[in-house]
Amino acid sequence: MKYSLLSLLRQGLKGHADWPRAWREPEPKERYDVIIVGAGGHGLATAYYLAKEHGVRNVAILERGNLGSGNVGRNTTVVRSNYLLNEELPFYEWSLKLWEGLSRELDYNVMFSQRGLLELLHSDADVDAAVRRANAMLLHGADAEILNREQTLKRVPIVDPDNARFPVCGALLQRRAGTARHDAVVWGYARAADRLGVDIIQNCEVTAIRRDNAGRAIGVDTTRGHIAADKIGLAAAGHSSRVAEMAGLRLPIESHKLQAYVTEGVKPLLDKVVTFGVGHFYISQSDKGGLVFGANLDGYNSYAQRGNLPNVETTIEAGVHLMPCLSRLRLLRHWAGVMDMSMDGSPFICKTPVGGLYLNAGWCYGGFKATPASGWCFAHTIARDEPHPLNEHFVLDRFHQGRAIDAKGAGPQPNLH
Amino acid sequence: MRIDCPLCGERPLEEFTYRGDASLKRPTGATADSQSAWSDYVYIRENPKGPHKEHWRHAGGCGAWLVVGRNTATHEISDVKLARPGRGGMR
Ligand SMILES: Cc1cc2nc3c(=O)[nH]c(=O)nc-3n(C[C@H](O)[C@H](O)[C@H](O)COP(=O)(O)OP(=O)(O)OC[C@H]3O[C@@H](n4cnc5c(N)ncnc54)[C@H](O)[C@@H]3O)c2cc1C
Ligand SMILES: [Zn+2]
Repeated sequence: MKYSLLSLLRQGLKGHADWPRAWREPEPKERYDVIIVGAGGHGLATAYYLAKEHGVRNVAILERGNLGSGNVGRNTTVVRSNYLLNEELPFYEWSLKLWEGLSRELDYNVMFSQRGLLELLHSDADVDAAVRRANAMLLHGADAEILNREQTLKRVPIVDPDNARFPVCGALLQRRAGTARHDAVVWGYARAADRLGVDIIQNCEVTAIRRDNAGRAIGVDTTRGHIAADKIGLAAAGHSSRVAEMAGLRLPIESHKLQAYVTEGVKPLLDKVVTFGVGHFYISQSDKGGLVFGANLDGYNSYAQRGNLPNVETTIEAGVHLMPCLSRLRLLRHWAGVMDMSMDGSPFICKTPVGGLYLNAGWCYGGFKATPASGWCFAHTIARDEPHPLNEHFVLDRFHQGRAIDAKGAGPQPNLH
Repeated sequence: MRIDCPLCGERPLEEFTYRGDASLKRPTGATADSQSAWSDYVYIRENPKGPHKEHWRHAGGCGAWLVVGRNTATHEISDVKLARPGRGGMR
């Protein structure tokens, strides 16, 4: 059923008791053209674009838990394209363009809200670096504005204007950046992919990758039996190293956890996404009124979706330092997600040394914004067996070639990216 | 998480800084085919879900480098040793 004003009226008259299920719950078939491992945002988007853009419809997505129980349902939903390097910026800007048309494309309201992102700058050096990045953004067709101190404080009056250690010297504003509703992105892609014939199979954990005598991947063993496939795409986010290992691959990735926080709901207080130069702190207000924020990684390898308390303390210190009024609020919830931190902070969308096996991984803490373009590029790479120019640099052997994509220059220390 | 420093006793997490996998072996020499050994050493990680040997430094305490056995799925710490026995302290 297409969602429209008419369908809403019709269902409304029937007391909303008659809406059809948004997607099917099929039994796995014996064989598919393509299997995608992991039904996070990236896996779902990949399956959707495989069917939509490339006519590959005999596709299954295998998910070990429930739909959206991974990072796609745990993130803080910031969408932006304020990147620096030629290898990454065009990709993120393409993603932002896809976001701008996504609700219409999927016939599902993903609540993409382009409320603007203000990146606060705290020193002359900060301003210089931001001007350089803003110029790179403009060159690649993204929008960017540099604001001075007065313009910045006028836009976010709750920022402490007298912070002596981190004074506000200005900001880099990207007006087209914003937030989206994470669950709606999952449901929208799932429904749209399902309508094109993709099988979404939940509670189906991949436990092994089968290969033929020539070493080519030919199928997977799962908790619901063996499933054969011509091509297999891995999109397991924080568990990428674990699934790649099933095909004998070792990745330039460490799994780390990141925490997120949400306060009780309050009246409108903050109408932009704001990022602070201290400890990666960033904050926005959800449509329900809760302030959603986060900061640094916990800092050590972990697969436990459980954050530590010292980091709660430093995150809240950073927040209160920036916006003293936050100290009056109560935290409702906080949680952690396991992320695939790559060695240069940049992702992989590529073929692998194993024939028939494709990799989508290394999204660190920034993969939500990439969801549409990541699926779009990964679908292209799988269907055509070659990368699109937008993802041609996101390859595994870039380290070996000395071509790391490390905008920050932090080096091969994943907890610092 | 609390780490039992062999020199200082059990101390809170905030006093320690993390470096990463302690099982990596630095390749010796530079021969024609050692390039991939070097790039593996610098960039490739086992990244296990379970027991993991890792380097931590007691930066907010005695300054010693430690090898900590810790489970990455449960955060349980099994053992803590000095990275270079007999050479604790700042230097
Ligand atoms: C706290 C937090 C805040 C974040 N904030 C932002 C933000 O503001 N903006 C932004 O752009 N990004 C953000 N991110 C990053 C973003 O959430 C991730 O990069 C992105 O969601 C990862 O891609 P995904 O959606 O496909 O991952 P996931 O949703 O994690 O999907 C991977 C799926 O693979 C499944 N899987 C794993 N192993 C197997 C197996 N063996 N068999 C079958 N299935 C398997 C998992 O169950 C999971 O559902 C944040 C992350 C966290 C944790
Ligand atoms: Zn000590």
